[in-house]
Amino acid sequence: MRFNLPVLVAAAFVLAACSSTGDNSGDTGSTGQSTSSGNAQVATAPAGPKPGSQMDLTINVGDRVLFAFDSSALSAGSRTTIERWAAWLKTYPANSVIVEGHADERGTREYNLALGERRADAARDYLVSLGINTNRVKVVSFGKERPAIAGSNENAWAQNRRAALVLAK
Amino acid sequence: MNFELKPPRLFSAVLAALAITVLIVAPARAEITVDITQGNVEPLPIAVPDFVANGEAARRFSADIAGVVAADLERSGLFKPIDKRAFIAQPDGLAVTPRFNNWKPLNAQALVVGEINIEPNGALRASFRLWDVFSENQMTGLSLTTTQANWRRVAHIIADTIYERVTGEVGYFDTRIVYTAESGPPEKRVKRLSIMDQDGANHRFLTDGQTLVLTPRFSPAQQEITYLAYFNNQPRVYLFNIDTGEQELLGDFPGMTFAPRFSPDGNSVVMSFAENGNSDIYVMDLRTRRVRQLTNSPSIDTGPSYSPDGRQIVFESDRGGSQQLYVMSGDGGGQKRISFGEGRYATPVWSPRGDLIAFTKIFRGQFHIGIMRPDGSGERLLTRGFLVEGPTWAPNGRVLMYFRQERSDERGRGGTPRLFSIDLTGFNEREIGTPVGGSDPAWSPGPLK
Repeated sequence: MRFNLPVLVAAAFVLAACSSTGDNSGDTGSTGQSTSSGNAQVATAPAGPKPGSQMDLTINVGDRVLFAFDSSALSAGSRTTIERWAAWLKTYPANSVIVEGHADERGTREYNLALGERRADAARDYLVSLGINTNRVKVVSFGKERPAIAGSNENAWAQNRRAALVLAK
Repeated sequence: MNFELKPPRLFSAVLAALAITVLIVAPARAEITVDITQGNVEPLPIAVPDFVANGEAARRFSADIAGVVAADLERSGLFKPIDKRAFIAQPDGLAVTPRFNNWKPLNAQALVVGEINIEPNGALRASFRLWDVFSENQMTGLSLTTTQANWRRVAHIIADTIYERVTGEVGYFDTRIVYTAESGPPEKRVKRLSIMDQDGANHRFLTDGQTLVLTPRFSPAQQEITYLAYFNNQPRVYLFNIDTGEQELLGDFPGMTFAPRFSPDGNSVVMSFAENGNSDIYVMDLRTRRVRQLTNSPSIDTGPSYSPDGRQIVFESDRGGSQQLYVMSGDGGGQKRISFGEGRYATPVWSPRGDLIAFTKIFRGQFHIGIMRPDGSGERLLTRGFLVEGPTWAPNGRVLMYFRQERSDERGRGGTPRLFSIDLTGFNEREIGTPVGGSDPAWSPGPLK
């Protein structure tokens, strides 16, 4: 299945709007790339992020999926997001990506490293099952070392239990 | 693969020859003792007057060495150094028997009399005698010769000698801590491999913070640390040579390696390797570079720690549905669950005495540091908090260090981790001061030889 770009952008905009509370800190940890979203740029597609860029991925596709506590199971919503990842990667066949796995702070450090790896792997496996060549997708776990959002509260923990897609340099 | 980070040379001074002579000890009777297996003991009042300086060059050490000795003893919770301002008179030196009547009114049970000489070659010689004030007997005495730069080690060795003589347990003051220093906001936390004496002195950053580093652990040989580093964003286990700053990647794994720990003989490193969502435990022989897989379950097996005789390994696994502690033989055989209480059990560490395993327990939304016997019996929780994690044993198996983190607010404030120590009895919980935040402490296995 191939989306044409305008449809993709429109669909992603709806999704970005309903998940925007989690995007107030869009840093995914390793790249240092700032991806704050939710501004007017999204609506004006022609002036928006460069197609195929990290910004494009973050804003127009959605760069992360969330997990339940101590779980690496992909929800239906996460599968939908990963399906968009697959479509995006098919649109930009030169792009390679890294799936970063993260955990909230409510676990021990080493277990959380393993849990982050499990999450990244679950996302990677689904991506590969959708036809993306395994050579294009690396995984790395950051455990609880790189929260997306600071704070010891349920909302922050929910946003931090994530797998995030990062464009490989 | 080698990385050169050029940290300061740390142990060159420390490794300088340290000569120790036992001073003649008269037979003692009915002497003072402290039973440290009891919980809330009354600390033993001890007088540690400034060491007598023989000559001008020795003078700058006389209060400093006595101060470090007193601080070590005080921090153990087992001694109560008497305020110097209460002293009636200073001791006259080592050669004469102290005037005990100057110390009895202060209720000093023990008295440390010390002397400092600077040798013609510049070496520092510190000598001391420990006296039982009320029986008027010498309990122990030592003379130590070393470089002047080494004066803190001399003080720690003196404190260890006093601790050993009075408690019957091996001292732990002449030891070091390696840990990760933490600074910056939670989302961009900077972590640096760091080392310090057990009292926080002689602090050094070993890495520059450019690379994320986690879980450092000492080699029993002590010139090396094994830890996790994210060079090129690839989390792998490395060896770090403290003397040279050289780093070496351990093994050729196609994915993340983590949770490293040395075997008691220092010849192997046991660690986890994660692949396809599954983490298993492997051991690498550092001499042959041969790698052996020890666990093979479709679960997270991590946190391995050897028994002191090297025959067994305790580790954590979620193979039963949640994190629990398991014990296996050194070759991976006979894997057996030992934790059966409510909650999740993690980060097991075998005591250097072999008699206990310390762990982190997550239970009813709180974290705890606890201990149990190697068969899982006798569980006791020593402390708890929003987050307490990662116990490490003092080499005498009587004190634990760990890190504690409070809840942070929405801007990440208040969530900086700090190092704490606590006695096995659950008493004497103390913060270890560090320049910035600190986590993942690892106590050196013993004094440097």
